[in-house]
This record gives sequence, C-alpha cells and structure tokens, in this order.
Amino acid sequence: MTAALIFVLVAVGSVVFHLLSPWWWTPIASNWDYIDATITITFWITGIVFVAVVLFMAYCVFRFRARAGRRAAFEPENKRLEVWLTVATALGVAAMLAPGLFVWSRFISVPADATEVEIVGQQWRWSYRLPGADGRLGAVETRLINPENPLGLVRDDAAGQDDIIIEAENLHLPIGRPVKVLLRSIDVLHNFYVPEFRAKMDMIPGSVTYFWFTPTRTGTFEVLCAELCGAGHAVMRGRVVVQTEAEHHAWLQGQRSFAQLAERR
Amino acid sequence: MSELAHGTGSHLPAAEVPEMELPHPHGWWSTYVFSQDAKVIGIQYSFTALAIGSVALVLSWLMRLQLGFPGTFSFIDPQAYLQFITMHGMIMVVYLLTALFLGGFGNYLIPLMLGARDMVFPFVNMLSYWVYLLAVLVLVASFFVPGGPTGAGWTLYPPQAILSGTPGREWGIVLMLLSLCLFIVGFTMGGLNYVVTVLQARTRGMTLMRMPLTIWGIFTATVMALLAFPALFVGAVMMLLDRLLGTSFFMPTLVEMGQQLRYGGGSPILFQHLFWFFGHPEVYIVALPAFGIVSDLISTHARRNIFGYRMMVWAIVVIGALSFVVWAHHMYVSGMNPWFGFFFATTTLIIAIPTAIKVYNWLLTLWRGNIHLNTPMLFALGFIVTFVNGGLTGLFLGNVVVDVPLSDTMFVVAHFHMVMGVAPVMVIFGGIYHWYPKVTGRMLGETMGRIHFWITFLGAYAIFFPMHYLGLLGMPRRYHEIGETSFVPESAHDLNAFISVMALVVGAAQILFLFNLFWSLRRGREAGPNPWRATTLEWQTPETPPGHGNWGRELPVVYRWAYDYAVPGAADDFVPQNQKLPPPLHVARGEATA
Repeated sequence: MTAALIFVLVAVGSVVFHLLSPWWWTPIASNWDYIDATITITFWITGIVFVAVVLFMAYCVFRFRARAGRRAAFEPENKRLEVWLTVATALGVAAMLAPGLFVWSRFISVPADATEVEIVGQQWRWSYRLPGADGRLGAVETRLINPENPLGLVRDDAAGQDDIIIEAENLHLPIGRPVKVLLRSIDVLHNFYVPEFRAKMDMIPGSVTYFWFTPTRTGTFEVLCAELCGAGHAVMRGRVVVQTEAEHHAWLQGQRSFAQLAERR
Repeated sequence: MSELAHGTGSHLPAAEVPEMELPHPHGWWSTYVFSQDAKVIGIQYSFTALAIGSVALVLSWLMRLQLGFPGTFSFIDPQAYLQFITMHGMIMVVYLLTALFLGGFGNYLIPLMLGARDMVFPFVNMLSYWVYLLAVLVLVASFFVPGGPTGAGWTLYPPQAILSGTPGREWGIVLMLLSLCLFIVGFTMGGLNYVVTVLQARTRGMTLMRMPLTIWGIFTATVMALLAFPALFVGAVMMLLDRLLGTSFFMPTLVEMGQQLRYGGGSPILFQHLFWFFGHPEVYIVALPAFGIVSDLISTHARRNIFGYRMMVWAIVVIGALSFVVWAHHMYVSGMNPWFGFFFATTTLIIAIPTAIKVYNWLLTLWRGNIHLNTPMLFALGFIVTFVNGGLTGLFLGNVVVDVPLSDTMFVVAHFHMVMGVAPVMVIFGGIYHWYPKVTGRMLGETMGRIHFWITFLGAYAIFFPMHYLGLLGMPRRYHEIGETSFVPESAHDLNAFISVMALVVGAAQILFLFNLFWSLRRGREAGPNPWRATTLEWQTPETPPGHGNWGRELPVVYRWAYDYAVPGAADDFVPQNQKLPPPLHVARGEATA
C-alpha cells in the first residue's frame, strides 16, 4: 500500500517538477526554434508514457499485492496484446523520429547565401576570422602557425590578405543573416557552444567542421566550450555580440586584416 | 503455448556424471584463493568489483562536493576534479558493472541455473579472475604515480588524453590503457567460458528456450562483449603507441601551447569510432544481464510466470544485434559526416521498440500476479521506474537534431546515470538480496534491506531527475564549476547543492548495505534451500550453499521452463524445473494428447 503510494508520488511529483521548474531552456536567439518544437513533442510523448507506466505499475503493486489464498493467473503469452503494444510503440517512435529527421535535414543544408565565418579553438581561448571584401577565406595550414601568424594563414594566398583576424576579442555578427560557421582547432577537440543558438559542433584538429544558423535577436551571448579540452575547459569562454547591420558595419571598420597585421609586425 | 511450458522430456533418464572430472581442491589455498570452482570465482569477482566500486563511490562524493559547494574544498582543483570524474566513470562502467554482472553473477549462476557441475574450462576461468584483479591493481596504481591518474574523461578522447593540458598525461593515461588491455584479456578468458558452457554444458532437458532469462541476458551480453571489446583493445594499443613511441594513429598536425609537435596525419575521430563501437554495445552488455535478472526477480516474487517469454528472448537477441549499428549516436556533434545522422538516429529509435516490449512484459507479469514486496522485488520495481525514465530520455538524445542542443550538457549525465547507472545497480542490489541466501545459507536483514532500498531509490531519483533540467538550461558537463555565467540563475547553484547533499545521503545508505552483507553472514535468518520458493535449478541443489560440483551424484533433469508459477492444477504455487509432476498442462485440463 505504502509502496504503491510512493510510486504514484514519484510519477506525479515528476510532472509537477516539470511544470514548476524554474530551470528551462534559455530564450532562443537563432532560427532553430524547430529544435525546440521537436523537444516539446518528445516531452509530451515520453511524459505520457512515463506516467502511464509508473501509474500502471503502482496500480498492480496495490491491486495484486500478496494476500492469503490469492493465486496469480497463469497466462504465458497473449499474442494479440503483444502485437498491439508493439504497433503502438512503433507509431510513437515514428512520431518523434519523423520531425527529428526533417529538422536534421534542414540543419545540414546550408543556405547558399550564408556568410562564412571561421572560429578557431585552442587551449583555452577562441579566435575568429572573417572573409574580407572578397567574401572568401584564404587557405590555412596548421604547420604555418607561429607567434607572428597565430591562425596559420598561407602568406601568399591572395584570398587571405583581406581576411579579418580577431584575437582575444568578441565575435560580432549581424542580425538576420545566415552564417555558416567553419570550425577549426589547432590542438585538441573543442566545441563552440552558445546555448541560445541551440546549434553546436565539435572542432577537430586536422579537419574543418561546420554548422549554420541565423541570429534572430540582438544582444551579447556567452560562449562555452562543450567538449572536454583539458584543465582549462571550464574557463574557455568568449562572447558573441549580435548587432544590427549598421552597428556591425561600424564595428567591422575598426578591425584589421591579415595584410595589415603582417605589415605592423 | 503449452509445448513451450511443458515440452516433452518426461522420458529422459537422469544423467550420471562421474565425479572425478572436476579439479577438486587440496587444501585452503586451492579452496578459497586459487579455486577453480565457478562459484568461488564468482564471489571473488563480486567482492573485487564491489571494493573498486566503493572507490568510485567515494570519487563521486568528492566531485559532488566540488559541484555543490565550489571553492570550499581547496584540495579539489580543476585537475583533480577531472581525475575524479574520469576514474569514477571508467570504474563504474567497466570494472564494476561489467565485471559484476558477467564475472560475478555469470560465474555463480550459469552452471547452477543450467544444471552443470562447473564452467567447461575451470582453469582458464580461474585465470580470468586473476588477470581481472591485476587490471584493477594497475588501475588503482595510477592514483599513486607522479601526476596521478588520467583526467581525460572516461571516453579518453585523443589528442587531449595524451597532451600536457590534461592531468595524468605522464603515467596515468599509460596505466589506464594498460589496465583496460588487461581487463579485456581477462574478460575474454571468462567470456569464452560462459559462452561455451551455455552452449555445451546444459543438463538434459534444458533446451535453450527453457533457460531462465537471467542466462539469456548474460549469454547474449557475453557474446556482445567478445565482439565489442576488441575494438577498445585496438584503440587502446594504438593510443599507447601514440603516447609512448610517437606514432600518429590518432594525432594530426597540431600546435600545443605555441609549440609545433612532431605528430601528423592521424585522425582523432577514428578513435571515437573505435571507442563507441565498443562503448555502445557496452551499454547493453550491462543492460541485458540486468534485463534478464530483473525478469526472474519479478516472476519469482510476483509468483507469476514471466509474460511473453519467447518475445522476451527475442527482444534480448534483437537488442543485442541492433546495438552494434547505433554507436555513432554518441557522435552526432563530433563533426563526422552529417549524413550519418539519418542512419544512426533511425537505428537508435528502432531499438526503443524491443526495449519497450520488455518493459510491457514486466508490467504484464505484475498484472494479475500475487506480489510479495520482498527487498529483491522492491529493487526490481525501482529498476522499472529508473530504467523507463532513463530510456525515455534516450529518445531525446538518440533523435539526432534534439541531441544537438543537449549533447555535452548535464542532460546527458542525468540520462546515462539513470539508465545505465542507477537502473543496473538497482538490479545488482536486487540480485544480491535474492541470491545471498543461496551463497551463504542465510537471509540478508530485511528491515535494513528496505531502508537501503527506499533511500537509494528515492535519493538517486532526486539526484538525477532534476539534473536533466540543468542540462536543458544549457549547463555543460565536465566543468569543475560553472562560475559566473550569464544564462545560469542563482537557483541553479542551489539545485546543485541539493543534488550534492542527496548524493551524500545515498552514499551513506550503501554503508548500511555493506554492513548488512557482513552482519547477515552470522546473524541472518537461516535460509534453507529455497527460501523464495523459486523454480529455477540453483534453488534445487542438494546442499546450500552448493558444494563443489553442485549436484552430488546425479545431475538434475529438466522437464519444464523456468516460469511454472501458479500452474492450474498444481498443489503448490510453483513447480521446479526438475520436477516431473504435476502432469503437463493439457493433461491437467483434460484435453486429448495430440
């Protein structure tokens, strides 16, 4: 009796916690509200199943508790019931998988007009590179990295000369324009993670990975590293500033290109 | 159905097996230490696993102290924190759960439940334990070497695992990899034994489809482990070469702290594929024995046949097979080819179907049962709640695009602790309360058991259920402290402190359990041969605890499946597998024999 009651309280308590929890996802700042919608669908389906299972279990514990003279029913199988349950489960799974795969196909199809931005991770900070007026990022090689050339740009690649290098500073992005983020690491795995953007991806030394999103809200957002990268993992922070087009343009004027930085050195 | 429950077999003569086939011990050392008796080896495995598991428990307290009260404990710096989480994770997954389910329960139960005298290769079986012990000692040694154990996270991802930004880079990672290799060698010796014993040493009448689900779970998990562990072995050897000889299997060209290193051309992501090709089946290597054992606990203590036995067996086998084609769902945000996402999300969600069938069948076994809330049953019920909870959050993380915001957050930590931490541990406790009377001849203290259950179950649920919501908020995992972060409210720190307090309470309850284990050895109630009135063969041994060779002169002969509880027409509410009478069901019903 007590046991059954406690199990009921676990199920009800979980629902109440879910409804009252002050801990919930951050207000979204990108186009990926599809992802939030898929999570909501998943919460509904799994929540109903969880409550149903635990309540049914509690009911059995109460209703069929051992009593003198009681004997269990002998019923090894019930084909119809088993088939019925299997089909219902398959439908529930499909109802979560279908929207999931649909949104995933969006997630991996980068719009043609997306601006490329490179983010470089290293222990334990972030650097950024924006294409200059030519709209193209120049070639890079990890072998070329040295104090004068911290991101390893190929010195005589014409496309790289106007690339804007941002070190130890915030990344600024214009609102409403899709961005393809090219991710690169020069030492260990990192992961560029801004909770408000929902999207994230590992950075792997030796490869370039990517994701895309469109900022939909101006403001300053905190960047964290989401892939264990050594002792400084928790303090590998940065900020992304999403601004209006005009503000962003003004900021861009104050930045230096690869060629300008090379001259100064 | 009746042919399954009451197949032919009544004509089988008793099998006489000559005694001298067994390597009998000659004195104290070969009886209790270098024993070739699977039961003794099983107890040795269990004790070693529980001992190293206690180390992991203490590590979890330390990390929770840091997370709940950051900055309070000066001896926990970021390096130490990473070392704690790494060792905690690896110990729990490999050295506790795998070793205890397969080496512990497997050794003790396989020969007994199948009506065999022992494992088929007793000497190799003994060797398996001693190599396992060596692996544990090498692992423990890494706490005492310069630089301490590795802090690379239990996933040991290169390049980070072998570069100097990670603690334990000098010795810790080398000992970790060596220890894993040893573990795999030891496991392979044991594993081959379990598989061959199940296939070759079953007593007369014990067809595969009459085996208890415990054996099906352990058997399938062992086959999987034999296929999955080699991937980890290969990965470990390659990383050792990268670390010690400067090869570049997993190491691309890289710059560490401004220095160009001499690596080049390797692939960090290759290691991840090897690791998870092992790592995902590993989840089911732990889960399938738990599925099997919990089925038997539920059936026995609900006094009712397991519902849908054939479906249960097939579900175990199908889950085992599917678990080899889902590994990259751990790598959705690893930067692998994004098209993989479609395939792995689909296979991952398909696995939910056979898994759900198992849950339904446990519930339908309870339904119209005669439920005795003994401690093993309480733990089985606790398993259902935590496993369903953790399994359902797996549907979030398996569904590729939902995983993107949640991966590497506390949501993942909460999910896998619920589903492959708390849930299997519930079954381990249930199993120990259930079989302790057979192992020692005495019952474990029931009141202590109940207190242990309720604190452990409710406490663990209070730890891991709210933790999901920290992950939803965006709190990343493997941070020694979240610190000042714009999106983290003050209340999240309070929740972290609450979780830490609960972790200490749950930990304290385990001390009660350990006390119970020793106290009941002398003071426990006498159990008799079959205290739970169970049907399976281990409860039908002539002696309790069973002697070497298990069965005296004659092996038992099996006439029925393992779940004849409350059979209509039978006087008792259970019919042991080796009992010929009552007559088969169709005779009892007065139907004509075909």
